[in-house]
Amino acid sequence: MTTMIAALGRLRPVRRTRTTNARRREGLTALGMATPAVVLLIVFLVVPVALAFALAFTDARLISPTPARFVGLRNFTRLFEDPVFYKSLRNTAYFAAVVVPLQAGLALVLALLVNAKVRGVNFFRTVYFLPVVTSMVVVSLLWTFLYRQDGLVNRVLSALTLGHVDGPDWLGDPATAMPAVILMSVWQGVGFHMIIWLAGLQTIPAELYEAADLDGATRWHRFRHVTWPGLRETRTFVLVTITIAAFSLFTQIRVMTQGGPLDSTTTVVHQAVHTGYDQQQTAYASAISLVFFVLVLAVSLVQRFLTREKD
Amino acid sequence: MVFRTRRLAGASVAALAATALVAGCATGSGSGSSGADGDTLTLWTHNAGNSAELDVVKKIIKDFNGSQSTYEVKLQAFPQSDYNNSVVAAASARKLPCLLDVDGPNVANWAWGGYLAPIDVSGAEVPLSDQLPSTVGRYKDKVYGFGFYDVSLAFFARKSVLNDNGIRIPSIDKPWTKDEFDAALAKLKKSGKFQYPLEMGTGGSGEWWSYAYSPQLQGFGGDLIDRDGYKSASGTLDGEKSVEWATWFRSLVSKGYMAKKSGADPNKDFLAGKSAIQWDGSWNAAKNAEKLGDDLAIIPPVDFGDGPKIGGASWQWAMSSSCSNKDGAQAWLKFSRQTKYFVDYAKATGTLPGTEAAAKQVDGYQPGGKFSELVEYARKFAVVRPVTPAYPYISTEFEKAAQDVLAGADPKTALGQAAKDIDNNLRTNDNYAG
Repeated sequence: MTTMIAALGRLRPVRRTRTTNARRREGLTALGMATPAVVLLIVFLVVPVALAFALAFTDARLISPTPARFVGLRNFTRLFEDPVFYKSLRNTAYFAAVVVPLQAGLALVLALLVNAKVRGVNFFRTVYFLPVVTSMVVVSLLWTFLYRQDGLVNRVLSALTLGHVDGPDWLGDPATAMPAVILMSVWQGVGFHMIIWLAGLQTIPAELYEAADLDGATRWHRFRHVTWPGLRETRTFVLVTITIAAFSLFTQIRVMTQGGPLDSTTTVVHQAVHTGYDQQQTAYASAISLVFFVLVLAVSLVQRFLTREKD
Repeated sequence: MVFRTRRLAGASVAALAATALVAGCATGSGSGSSGADGDTLTLWTHNAGNSAELDVVKKIIKDFNGSQSTYEVKLQAFPQSDYNNSVVAAASARKLPCLLDVDGPNVANWAWGGYLAPIDVSGAEVPLSDQLPSTVGRYKDKVYGFGFYDVSLAFFARKSVLNDNGIRIPSIDKPWTKDEFDAALAKLKKSGKFQYPLEMGTGGSGEWWSYAYSPQLQGFGGDLIDRDGYKSASGTLDGEKSVEWATWFRSLVSKGYMAKKSGADPNKDFLAGKSAIQWDGSWNAAKNAEKLGDDLAIIPPVDFGDGPKIGGASWQWAMSSSCSNKDGAQAWLKFSRQTKYFVDYAKATGTLPGTEAAAKQVDGYQPGGKFSELVEYARKFAVVRPVTPAYPYISTEFEKAAQDVLAGADPKTALGQAAKDIDNNLRTNDNYAG
């Protein structure tokens, strides 16, 4: 016993140096591996975010002969009196409130359909996924044509109803512009989340379904008690990613409506870009971004709380 | 062990490369280069997508480089849609070229922002006083830029269509009045041949809205801003006359005279006979004349009460304030001011020659030529867009207000909001002093 301890005592320092050396080497390797990503993150993410925070309290402009001055909360008082900002908030919330359940639900239905073991299922998977790999700018441009007063959508409507329905100018009417953007966005994005759901579905062990069949479970019961609980992690991921994408709605608006008609499609991100670049008000755009950041953070925290692990 | 070291070395190299890349960008922007390397000067133009005009720029550069041995000008062309952003980015990084072109209404903004330096081109072949006034970019009594051409707006129509409907073809001395114009549109609409008799390019976006429709606003007696000191838009942009314009503008849509949003190519629609009268730029005059021949009527802007108006100023050449070789830049600017280049520009781009001497040499634009009236419009009716650093902001606000009006917003509210926003912007910027 004593000899053993003595032997261990003799061994320990040696082993410790060996492990510390190895650790240090591993640490260095890790550092080397991480540096490129960390540097890029700092330069293109941390610095801009910090700048936006600081600029929001100044009068910085895109073009200006004088350096930015500190102006306190002026940008924020102006922001809370800006009628367009409230419309942007309302539109963004509207878009998110419709798109998140619609896109997640539709994607799940599609995933269940293409998860079936039938011939040609790969064909459908590809078809549903095609819009995702197409650039949003291209998709938006094409749909702008489809949505015109004399566009394909109205032609089809007219043909289907034998000329009884004369569709509106979808993007030109404040009542239909946002729903039209929503429909297109869901169509474009649904394939991506279908793939995510599909990945989730394929992690559920087949034995569970066999067991359920032996117990004589109906299709609905199988979904409710096997599939749905099995998709727990996937659900959180889908929810969070769609919410973030919905809040950052910009490309479609920029290409299709520029926020019009009558501000019916302006969103927070679109307003920030418009005021920051088109109107050269860097500081005001930073203030918008800052408020937006706080709102998204709040929503994410709420989502995290709702989807937390319950013991 | 060896394997690990190699992996570590590899990772370090990658990390170093990334750091060097980032550091390179950082030092690159910080060094404050000045658009000239000794006597080699850089020149930027927005013409990358417009080969006809780019060829003229290239020719002037080639002639200049060949004409003397001191300076050498090097060309860099950008697509128009990215040009302004590139200049703004370059200015923030203090990397502006020595020579650059600038859209007329932006001259004041860029001069105020410290991008441009005043130029002195006295002693050149063509003096500034020979030019159309709208082609010289002035701010605070200093000259910052000059253009070789201008464009003008006009109504295009088919004489046969107007005659068939008993509509008088107006002349430059006796343009349509507002009532005559409204009556003409009513007749054309009633003829049943046109879903929308008037085409004004309402599907366009950006500067087109201010360029095309603010002259009509001015024709009613309104304006974008009170031009006395450029300190307030309230009472002008939302004044009685401006609201009158907006109400009329909206009525074009509500009466079915004009589409709320026109097609992708308004000129094509006009040539195809979908619309009877098109409000368009002089750049389409030659194409229209070629397609319609003698049937083409070039019609002056309507006199809405305050006389016919069109917008003035197109692209102009300027020198950056950070240019380290201002003598070289001035030399190029002076050299370019030769009548033959004014002619080349006008021919290549189908625009109005900037001087009378050049107009005489361009087919169709010489006195009595079929397009000479367009030059007269530019001479007689052109109103330069407000010469204030606030113009880019004013323009976006006007565009939004006009679009809202067409979409059905109350004219007074829409213009009132725009005026309020503009005043707010002027106030927070100390009226762009400095």
